[in-house]
Amino acid sequence: MKLRGRVIRKGYAQGEALVSHQPIGFFGGVDPETGVIVESGHELEGESVSRRILVFPTGKGSTVGSYTLYRLHRKGLAPAGIINSQSEAVVAVGAIIAEIPMVDCIDISRLETGDTVSIEDNTVEVTPRGAAR
Amino acid sequence: MRLTTEEEAMLAGKEGPAAAKAMEILFALGEIYGAEQLVPVVSVQVAGVSYGNLGQAGLDFLCEWADQGARVVVPATLNPAGMDLKAWQEMGIPEDYARRQLEIIGAYQAMGVTINCSCTPYLAGNVPEFGQHVAWSESSAVSYANSVLGARTNREGGPSALAAAITGRTPAYGLHLERNRQAGLVVEVNCRLTSAADYSALGYIVGQTAKDRVPYFRFNSGPQPGLDELKALGAAMAASGAVALYHVEGVTPEARSRDVLAGGAAIVAIESAEEGYRALDGTSQAVDLVWIGCPHASLAEIEHAADQLHGRHLEAELWVTTAREVLDAATARGLTSRIEACGGRVVADACLIGAPLGEMGIGAVATNSSKAAFYLRNHSHLQVRFGTLAQCIEAALKGKWPV
Repeated sequence: MKLRGRVIRKGYAQGEALVSHQPIGFFGGVDPETGVIVESGHELEGESVSRRILVFPTGKGSTVGSYTLYRLHRKGLAPAGIINSQSEAVVAVGAIIAEIPMVDCIDISRLETGDTVSIEDNTVEVTPRGAAR
Repeated sequence: MRLTTEEEAMLAGKEGPAAAKAMEILFALGEIYGAEQLVPVVSVQVAGVSYGNLGQAGLDFLCEWADQGARVVVPATLNPAGMDLKAWQEMGIPEDYARRQLEIIGAYQAMGVTINCSCTPYLAGNVPEFGQHVAWSESSAVSYANSVLGARTNREGGPSALAAAITGRTPAYGLHLERNRQAGLVVEVNCRLTSAADYSALGYIVGQTAKDRVPYFRFNSGPQPGLDELKALGAAMAASGAVALYHVEGVTPEARSRDVLAGGAAIVAIESAEEGYRALDGTSQAVDLVWIGCPHASLAEIEHAADQLHGRHLEAELWVTTAREVLDAATARGLTSRIEACGGRVVADACLIGAPLGEMGIGAVATNSSKAAFYLRNHSHLQVRFGTLAQCIEAALKGKWPV
């Protein structure tokens, strides 16, 4: 399945999808030293964003969250790619400074955690979990 | 969004990797928020300065951008740091914190940013004119620039403001466009407000009500607000809500120059600012530190504090935070020595949000700013009292909140 969106940061990325139906706030919500989601009560609490294709509707919270993504990048723990329904400034700026391929305007209801996903500029290719390769 | 040839070249890296990254940020934001073009800016205010807020991640990023050759092309000033950059030892700031704070300042200095650390750049030389486009972060300064000066800026984050300083441009959306500057909420203020703290309490209430609407105030009782009162009002609304622009009938420049009321604006009436005090004032009797100067104190406010002290000896710490330029003016007029003679301190460059207050043994803080009270409660988990300047000075004299 191929989906087309809008490039926020160009580039190629591939990995296993980690899908959140809730917005993600990186500052205070994701541990910058480990990449683990630590926001209490978040549906992905305890999951690691590292090297996954992180799929969520939009960002939220403090603008310092852009720097959290940068910190993860420096430690080699950043998401491989980011897919949003509708991007906002904090995550968009974070993806650019952390050099994480990012695309938005994607119908994220068509992705599930565990799918194999690749991003190439504005194109997202999804191989559903368990599907023959 | 359409870019000019020059902007395209910058995006393609013709002016180096640092400018390309800056342009990439602005282009993405322009696309996300529906801008059609970039506009030149005359100045920038950069947030993301105190080590307490920025952390190691932010420090690493600033150093890398500076190393890549990032240089500002328009005048840019800085938000407050977590300490007085000169007198941090006297403040009791831990050395490790101070070292990292100075590294952050060094990175900004390398980029050509003016090391003027204040949330009131408009009191210290960075004063845009009516109608000019700027790219400011720091919500209270954004509110002042838009509302009191009539300049035009969105609420920028640290990196997007810096990107604007490096390229001299910002995407034209939101408050850069006249159609988004119309007021959608009329606030009829029917009570008499007598202090900056009263305006701060009012702002706390209205910020929560306004949501994404631009408020339009009518002060129906008593005198119209002056600059210090407007500073307090705007800061409060930007902290409790997301208000980046407001108008005051007959007072603020845009309200005086054209019809800024949108058709069908909602109306709220305010009969008392008491609710704003009640929402933020705590119960602690003991007061360790009294903080005046959120946003940074004007010369008039420093003078007011010195007058109220009246040479009496303080039991609690009293810190008046301000811009370095204003501190120098206060010193020249003898105000700093009058406050110091009582045991108080006038601190430049610093904001106490993001300062290591806990490590410095401070448990309870009193302030005349609802913004300070709001952030101290939510971020620093300190005991907070919120009242007028007179109550705060009384608390500093006794070491406890006046009954």
